[in-house]
Amino acid sequence: MNDVSAFQLFIGVILANNFVLATFLGLCPFLGVSGRLDSALPMGIATTFVILVASICAYGLNILLVMLNLEFLRLISYIVIIASAVQLVEMVLKKYSPTLFRALGIYLPLITTNCAVLYVAVNQTSNNFSFVQALSYALGGGIGFTLALVLMASVRERLQLSNVPTLVQGTALSLMLGGILSLCFMGFAGVGG
Amino acid sequence: MSTSTTLEQFMEGIWKQNPTFVMVLGMCPTLAVTTSAINALSMGAATLFVLVFSCWLISVMRNIIPKEVRIATYVVIIATFVTVVDYAIQAISLKLYDALGAFISLIVVNCIILGRAEAHASKNTPLNAMLNATGVGIGFIIGLLSLGVVREVLGAGKLFGVSLFGANFQPWVVMVLPPGGFFVLGCWLLIFAAWERRKQKKESTQ
Repeated sequence: MNDVSAFQLFIGVILANNFVLATFLGLCPFLGVSGRLDSALPMGIATTFVILVASICAYGLNILLVMLNLEFLRLISYIVIIASAVQLVEMVLKKYSPTLFRALGIYLPLITTNCAVLYVAVNQTSNNFSFVQALSYALGGGIGFTLALVLMASVRERLQLSNVPTLVQGTALSLMLGGILSLCFMGFAGVGG
Repeated sequence: MSTSTTLEQFMEGIWKQNPTFVMVLGMCPTLAVTTSAINALSMGAATLFVLVFSCWLISVMRNIIPKEVRIATYVVIIATFVTVVDYAIQAISLKLYDALGAFISLIVVNCIILGRAEAHASKNTPLNAMLNATGVGIGFIIGLLSLGVVREVLGAGKLFGVSLFGANFQPWVVMVLPPGGFFVLGCWLLIFAAWERRKQKKESTQ
């Protein structure tokens, strides 16, 4: 896995191994925030940013932990780092874009419990990614997440105009849509690393 | 809280507040590791262990933990137990460890556990908290199994690794692939919604 080029990783994680549709990560915001396009896009970008920050921090932290022979503290320290990164993003957003801050509301602190963020940190450690590989994987993962979120939101906005039987409305419908999107993304299998 | 509700609290997690079908929580492991029944069962068991013990510890410490940093404290407690499970599974079965992959570590961010900690364990006695957590954990196992069994039978023609239909069975491979997870869970939710509606109709005609 280590000899895969950074670019291959980047493309692969956007399309073939898309976080939401192929690896099942970050499904809560995928089902929760994908109702409207104008909240899906900022959410995706905020998550991408957190993933990037967390990945960089986790990379440095892992070197430190290996140096001190404290690998068993990995999970605990990663989650603390991620929580801090989310706090940082929150503070930055509050200062520079209060409108966006209010629009994201409760979903912003919930990025902490987005499994995609922790997955990136854990995955780059277990695969021994180099710094450049880790960075491109994190960025690609974030972009893939945003892509899935935006696609889903667009479909759901359209669906609001159509006449759907009341029985299937809600989560069941979103899951079916997710399944169809996931089928489409299976067509990318084999692209990238 | 009276004693009669203790059993109710236990049952609530299994049926009325089932984490998978009613609350729709913890979706990521639900869909990702249910490609076979045995994976689903072990994932459920690991989550149950973490859930029960972290709820117990949080409930014991509920009067010491300052309100402002409670979430961070919960997360650290949960991460501790997940680390225990992570190393335990690695020691018991390396094959299972590889099959579940990063999703063992990802139990930390399972919203069911944090949700239980915040909504129940932080307000109840240790015994009650453990009971409730066990109920929710079993409910989660039921949810995982109902997906894992369907996906394994349709997608591989097997159940717990035992071949069911003989050699001529053409497996429905898409069911063990990612889209299958979405479809099977969607169908389960549809079935439950239809059932709920029938029940309501019956009640309104009576």
